[in-house]
Amino acid sequence: MFRNQYDTDVTTWSPAGRLFQVEYAMEAVKQGSAAIGLRSKNHVVLACVNKSSSELSSHQKKIFKVDDHIGVAISGLTADGRVLSRHMRNECINYFYSYESQLPVGRLVVQLADKAQVCTQRSWKRPYGVGLLVGGLDESGAHLYYNCPSGNYFEYQAFAIGSRSQAAKTYLERRFENFMASSRENLIKDALFALRETLQGEKLTSSSCTIAVVGVGEAFHVLDQETVQALINEFEIAGEEAPADDAAAPDQAGDSESGATAADQATPFDPDVAPMDM
Amino acid sequence: MNSVDSKPATSSLIGSEADSQRTLYPYVTGTSVVGIKYKDGILLAADMGGSYGSTLRYKSVERLKPVGKHSLIGGSGEISDFQEIMRYLDDLILSDNMWDDGNSLGPKEVHNYLTRIMYNRRNKFNPLWNSLVLGGVKNGQKYLGTVNMIGVHYEDNHVATGFGNHLARPLLRDEWHENLTFEEGVILLEKCMRVLLYRDRSAVNKLQIAKITEEGVTISPPYALKTFWNFSAFENPTLGAEGSW
Repeated sequence: MFRNQYDTDVTTWSPAGRLFQVEYAMEAVKQGSAAIGLRSKNHVVLACVNKSSSELSSHQKKIFKVDDHIGVAISGLTADGRVLSRHMRNECINYFYSYESQLPVGRLVVQLADKAQVCTQRSWKRPYGVGLLVGGLDESGAHLYYNCPSGNYFEYQAFAIGSRSQAAKTYLERRFENFMASSRENLIKDALFALRETLQGEKLTSSSCTIAVVGVGEAFHVLDQETVQALINEFEIAGEEAPADDAAAPDQAGDSESGATAADQATPFDPDVAPMDM
Repeated sequence: MNSVDSKPATSSLIGSEADSQRTLYPYVTGTSVVGIKYKDGILLAADMGGSYGSTLRYKSVERLKPVGKHSLIGGSGEISDFQEIMRYLDDLILSDNMWDDGNSLGPKEVHNYLTRIMYNRRNKFNPLWNSLVLGGVKNGQKYLGTVNMIGVHYEDNHVATGFGNHLARPLLRDEWHENLTFEEGVILLEKCMRVLLYRDRSAVNKLQIAKITEEGVTISPPYALKTFWNFSAFENPTLGAEGSW
């Protein structure tokens, strides 16, 4: 994307009907380290790559428990993500105070999207620079949603965001039809495989990733390092390769102006269509 | 407050600024509501009386109302406050339906919502002068609870308000059991309502029984109970003590 005279203000439309500030916010999400979510009928697994600014520091927290039945993985400006997680926790607690029952995740996600939309229509605000993968339960089972800085939200069977997420998405696209009926263990395994794709050769260890699970009858929690390492060892010792071949991943970078973001393999970029209009 | 106050001891901390705006006593009241769980759901019973003090003034007051798809409410106490509560609940259910997302508020959620309203009003010294029974079924789970004007709330297999607590509950403690059929439940409730009719001065002989199951709500048309006055001691009442006193 080029700098242009319509991109200073979030409340300025471009002649082509785009809000560039919102699109730039979505770029911030693509720059963050990868986060992946997948769901079956009764479980949701969230996984993310641990990124730390230096070897001396701890890694950034990217997965937040929002309530016993909801968790969120973020990618982008983690500070924005932290603030939104706090807001989500408040919403859940307030609902429980009034109704003594859990806020359905579908409703939380709509509230979150409405909050993001406000920031796209006030001259004194800026859009949140974080994408959220919200995994949670409601009456009809487990759900995974993606909340975007534009104020849009979508429900997914599986999704990946952040840098090198395209590799994970390709893996997930091949496998997602089986997820609904998947067992909890297989779902976690698929999450680890998908995460491995985003590492592109780096070794997958329990210190370089974080996995969290929520399910019917299972409160949201982050798996501890030993458990994760044991799971990784299980399939690495078995010499198991991700079943489909990565090399055949269709080349989607195309004639993209967004090739400027070198770290990311961009989704097809159509200069005439704003990314959030899908 | 500068107005000449007939109650000088009243601190302006109690209640809101305009004192005439807070509840001091009820005017038109309904008497007991009785509720039980049975095999398929919940049964509620209440008469149709609205008393104006000691006058049995209104005799067609519906005190049992459906709330959404999954709940039933019965109200005793100030009728206008019950009507106000129904407006709150109708708004609540409307907002819930507007989500249009397959989730809906069940009886437990409605009960808790009411409890918050009642307790918060009590804290402001401006209560909704009611005792409510809230029952319902959702996803096969039966729920029966009660909440009153001071915010006291609980759930049980059988609940009652007002005089029902003193006259009906003992009967229910003896005779209620799990898996009552609909017919057994109605007979049990009618037994309770009959005792209330004999002994509660605010009771009128025109009642409704409401049923809620997974399928939905049914509220019976009004009917009257048979009463039995051929108590042996009522015959020859002066036997053994002629004259008055």
